[in-house]
Amino acid sequence: MPEPLLRVSHLTKKYGDAVVVDDLSFAIAPGECLGVIGPNGAGKTTTIRICLGLTGADGGTVEAFGMAMPEHVREAKKRIGVVTQFDSLDPDFSCVENLRVYGSYFGLPRATIAERVPRLLDFAALQSKASARPGELSGGMKRRLSLGRALINDPDLLLLDEPTTGLDPQARHLMWERLQNLLQQGKAILLTTHFMDEAERLCDRLLVLDHGKKIAEGGPRELIAEHLESDVVEVYGDGAAAAGNHHGALAERVETSGETVFFYLREPKRLLDALASDHSIRYLHRPANLEDLFLKLTGRQIRDDS
Amino acid sequence: MLVKPYAAPHLTSRFWPVVMRNLLVWKKLAGPSVLGNIAEPLITLVAFGYGVGSLIGTVADMPYVQYLASGSVAASCALAATFEGLYSAYSRMAVQKTWDSILNAPVALDDIVFAEMLWAAIKALFSCTAILIVIFVLGISRAPSMLLALPVLGLAGVTFASLALVFNALAKGYDFFTYYFTLVITPMTFLSGVYFPIAQMPDWLQLVAQVLPLKAAVDLIRPLVLGRIPADPLLPLAILTAYACTGYYLALVLTRRRFFG
Repeated sequence: MPEPLLRVSHLTKKYGDAVVVDDLSFAIAPGECLGVIGPNGAGKTTTIRICLGLTGADGGTVEAFGMAMPEHVREAKKRIGVVTQFDSLDPDFSCVENLRVYGSYFGLPRATIAERVPRLLDFAALQSKASARPGELSGGMKRRLSLGRALINDPDLLLLDEPTTGLDPQARHLMWERLQNLLQQGKAILLTTHFMDEAERLCDRLLVLDHGKKIAEGGPRELIAEHLESDVVEVYGDGAAAAGNHHGALAERVETSGETVFFYLREPKRLLDALASDHSIRYLHRPANLEDLFLKLTGRQIRDDS
Repeated sequence: MLVKPYAAPHLTSRFWPVVMRNLLVWKKLAGPSVLGNIAEPLITLVAFGYGVGSLIGTVADMPYVQYLASGSVAASCALAATFEGLYSAYSRMAVQKTWDSILNAPVALDDIVFAEMLWAAIKALFSCTAILIVIFVLGISRAPSMLLALPVLGLAGVTFASLALVFNALAKGYDFFTYYFTLVITPMTFLSGVYFPIAQMPDWLQLVAQVLPLKAAVDLIRPLVLGRIPADPLLPLAILTAYACTGYYLALVLTRRRFFG
């Protein structure tokens, strides 16, 4: 593995008695997309803030581009682009001014900024909105402008905290396309997300966090193969609970969530045959996915500690 | 802790783009702002200066309009810097999250606090300059020493901006600033000889007034606006400087604690 752009070792952060990051270690190689998934309150945003020197750690080390953080945070930030969970665009500035002014914070020469701004507007698909203010933009446009702004310093590493939360499917797909484009350009990305399809699609490697602890790490397909049966049959409807009791023995594992029963299994044929004759239920047979993995590892209960 | 809250200010040239950012926003809204800066003192000076002035005659051996105009320059400086350091800085810090987005670039919190302080002082200078122009045009004073008032107003702007940023760092919402205006700025304005001399006040209040930064600013600015050299400039200069340095350091410490505490 080449020298990582970011190396986090045994990171720990406490707020009072609550441990929000617990002995966390990971690294990001150049050109790699690392997904960080976990329920609300798992420590994703705190970890990003520590990496940026915005929150102090109680233990462990962070190295960015081989430099110790937070001592060299200013040097490191020249090579990092950040998209935060909530938009922090300047409401008084047009799209062009937002990009231009943000470039000035990096001390970039005017000529460099002038050359990059049209390219970034193009990248963000906002050419026609160059002089519009953020208040006139849709949610997807704002997020793309935030992404464009994070690219003004041509960073090697992008830290993206839930970049697609709140976007409609069209806007999300456009965002994914842009992120894929950046990965092709060789940029490394750390991405936190609640969308498992997003993580599966974009990330080379995933980190599953819960209560600040790393509970799994690996490629999306490897993780699924390692932790789950290959197939899932979801059963809905009035007869679902009865079917769960009845056919439970045909699956390796059965889970009930509300009105839906999930059968996890490797040989689905016998169960499918049995279900086909039962007209009181509806069912869906599909391969196991990242969402199944996520729910298996972090549980189905709602987290209110976000 | 990430940043030692009591460490000396660590400044770099990166504060400048933050000042320029605020200037760019101001330029967009400059029309109404400049109109207000000129119309407000024009109306006040004509109405109170000539209106009330004609009833009062002279105050402290000068026509009331001169007394009022020269005092208003100092009071406006305090008000403009305070307003910018409270409401506007708070908007950028806590509401728009402008500071947070700047902190993701290679700009440190120390640079931002310094930039906000400097910008509030610059904005105060803008509005004081507008009043000085009104005073000049109305012929209330045409003394060349008015130009010497500008650096003193710059210092006073820094002082009141720094004090405002202390309260900005402590604020949980805009409502908090009402306390500062009602309990600090308004009484200070009446105790600093802006509208009337403090000689009529009880002795103990006059003693309190001696250490108020606005009183120090008025003592320096009034003679300069009216074409005289301040009789005893060192003490008021020292008072303003002391408030500026203490206020700025305290604002920095409290803002560091707010962000990195």
